[in-house]
Amino acid sequence: MTGVATLIRQPWLWAWVGALVVWLATAVFTGGKGSGEVLSAAMTFGAFFVIVALGQMFVITLGPGNVDLSIPACMTLAGTVAMKSMDGASAMIPVGLLLALVIGAGVGTLNYSLIRLLRIPPIIATLSSSFIFQSAAIWWNRGLRVKPPEALADFTTAKIAGVPVIALFVVVLAILGHVLLTRTIYGRGVVAIGQNMRAAHLAGVKVERIRAATYIMCATLAGLCGYLLAAFSGGAALNMGEEYLLSSIAVVVIGGTSVAGGFANVPGLWGASLFLFLLVTMLNTFGAGAGVRLVLTGLIIIGVIVAASGGKART
Amino acid sequence: MNETVPIVLLDGVEKSFGAVRALTGVTLELRAGECLGLVGHNGAGKSTLMNVLSGNLAADTGRIEVAGADITGRLTPQNAAAHGVRCVYQELSLCPNLTVAENARILHPSIAGIGWRGAARRLIGEKLDEVFPGHGISTDDIVGDLSIARRQMVEIARAFAVTTAEARVVILDEPTSSLDAVAAKKLLDHVRHYVKTGGTCVLISHLLGEILGTSDRIAVMRDGGVVALDRASAFDRNSLVKAMGSVADAEQDRSAESVAIRDTAPVVVQAMPKTVETIALAAHKGEVVGLAGLSGQGQTELLVRVFDHASGTKVAGEVALVAGDRQTDGIFPLWSIAENIAIGSLRQFLKGIFLDHAAARRFADGWRGRIGIRTPDIDQPILSLSGGNQQKALFARALGSTAKIIVMDDPMRGVDIGTKQEVYGMIREEAAKGRTFLWYTTEMDELRNCDHVYVFREGAIVADLRRRDMTEERVLHASFRSDA
Repeated sequence: MTGVATLIRQPWLWAWVGALVVWLATAVFTGGKGSGEVLSAAMTFGAFFVIVALGQMFVITLGPGNVDLSIPACMTLAGTVAMKSMDGASAMIPVGLLLALVIGAGVGTLNYSLIRLLRIPPIIATLSSSFIFQSAAIWWNRGLRVKPPEALADFTTAKIAGVPVIALFVVVLAILGHVLLTRTIYGRGVVAIGQNMRAAHLAGVKVERIRAATYIMCATLAGLCGYLLAAFSGGAALNMGEEYLLSSIAVVVIGGTSVAGGFANVPGLWGASLFLFLLVTMLNTFGAGAGVRLVLTGLIIIGVIVAASGGKART
Repeated sequence: MNETVPIVLLDGVEKSFGAVRALTGVTLELRAGECLGLVGHNGAGKSTLMNVLSGNLAADTGRIEVAGADITGRLTPQNAAAHGVRCVYQELSLCPNLTVAENARILHPSIAGIGWRGAARRLIGEKLDEVFPGHGISTDDIVGDLSIARRQMVEIARAFAVTTAEARVVILDEPTSSLDAVAAKKLLDHVRHYVKTGGTCVLISHLLGEILGTSDRIAVMRDGGVVALDRASAFDRNSLVKAMGSVADAEQDRSAESVAIRDTAPVVVQAMPKTVETIALAAHKGEVVGLAGLSGQGQTELLVRVFDHASGTKVAGEVALVAGDRQTDGIFPLWSIAENIAIGSLRQFLKGIFLDHAAARRFADGWRGRIGIRTPDIDQPILSLSGGNQQKALFARALGSTAKIIVMDDPMRGVDIGTKQEVYGMIREEAAKGRTFLWYTTEMDELRNCDHVYVFREGAIVADLRRRDMTEERVLHASFRSDA
């Protein structure tokens, strides 16, 4: 039974098991009523988590100290600028998308420049730059809530046979991310750098080029997520990225990627995203108050991380 | 001290790692006041045996007695230390973020209370002065900032230091592999002094001269068992090599060829240390150039600058590096052996823009055979290999790459004599095909494999020796300042 043994050792398994257990617990509680709708909502909201977590995963895999804290600010800036420029006109949809991506790439470039040229630790660099981007978003938006073009909003809420289109789109994106991680020189380089940066350099890995590409990619994905999320929720809001700061990191870690770097996987991102959403839904269904909900969320996340790392800690 | 009771008795000790039988029933006794030399190929089981004795690994079967007390199954690193068993590991075990004195305290819990820092400084400082006079280490230095040679000195001094915890048995696993000849001599002298005062020492080394000159008895290990055990005077170099199971090659005189390369082949590397008064280094195509001198005199820095194509160097083509400090500079600890080998040559496995993992694995497997990495499966983690075999994987990584210039940073640390001969042969073969090697080494035997030798001292190149002019005396002479 080597197949089963290999499956059990997969780092992403626990996130998926967790998601399934939580979903079943909810279904049992409600007697199966609305379980399909819950799953569909989980796929939509999970998709947004996965977009940012994909970028965050590559950054965290670069090794200790690497993390992008500017994701929420980047999402907000890209969302507000794109919504305002499109101003509800369907013809402007591609222009808005391009703007969001360019803003993301710009944010990433600035982050990396701070890290590289001024030698600021990534955690400080991305945190301080996020104040700049957040302020820029406030200045640009002036509190207005501009409605997204109808066609775009329809795309983000459309479903095929009950499955959200956006989830399908992000599944494709995740597959591309998986291939990028496992089958390209870039992906191998990221994993090598995360294990030992000096050794990676001495083995011929283009360390700085790869770090730059990773921070730019992470911010570009945040820009994309901001664009889609603003369209989904009927316009950009200044706090729209808030919950994506910690959840982008939580999804990466629950998904079985090593916080210490050098070890990552993509399937776990989807499992962890579904798990996080379904967990909150379950606690809501059980009628838990906000305080209890947060405490239980924290405890359960800790439990999953311990279960997922249990096999490795002993070796 | 009772002469009839051995201080340590290992009886029928076995240990397996999955399919690999690392120890196949070892019976060995250590007596008070002796130095036991332990030799054998990479993966013969030397380090495993010592890890069992120091409590890091639990033996599968077999009995272990220390000072007459049967402690089989109760042996932990703490318990072993309480019985006076100390170990200097091949992979150093100091905490890099702590100072020298703080590291000393870790092994000596009796240093406590107000003023512990001063006591720890005195303890390690005095021991360092005793074993390695003129070591140049401050007890307040952060260990991570020290060169590998100095870290090794701290680790050794710490093992010999005595507080309420005795040091009855000191195990030295490849203690001189990171030290230069001068520091190694000091250490070996100290070992003799220590056993004369009643201590017991186990010395593991691939340098047979050290073993023969320092040990009272010598045990030879092969394939997880002890195959020969006798007084040191009963062995000589050849009989040791034979017992280990390999044949020593006769040295060839190559000085004529070396001259021919210098005179005719084009220059591919030109570099100069960043000091004011120095000779410039030049390497010609197909040449093996040795970088000699005491350890840490600027050789590694120059190699890294050549690797980086840094300004001030002229390097014609791609460069691959073989790391000597493998934990810091070489190994990717989470990866398999195959992944560790293939990382240096990823471009060769591209199919379009995607990597062909099967091709990379075949490539790594081919190198396992060529360079003799002892493992049943190259998909095993790299850390499952013994130190010397990890080093072979690093050689495979560099030799397997497409680079025409290969720089080697004292790459033979922990590599056994049989493998060394094979790697020397491989280097000669590759040089004959037009590859150029820059080879930093602190071992005289390895310099004899070079076509041309530059001697480093205090960051500068102070001597430029052709192969036929190179003698041990000249290298040593250049390594020291004339006024020192």
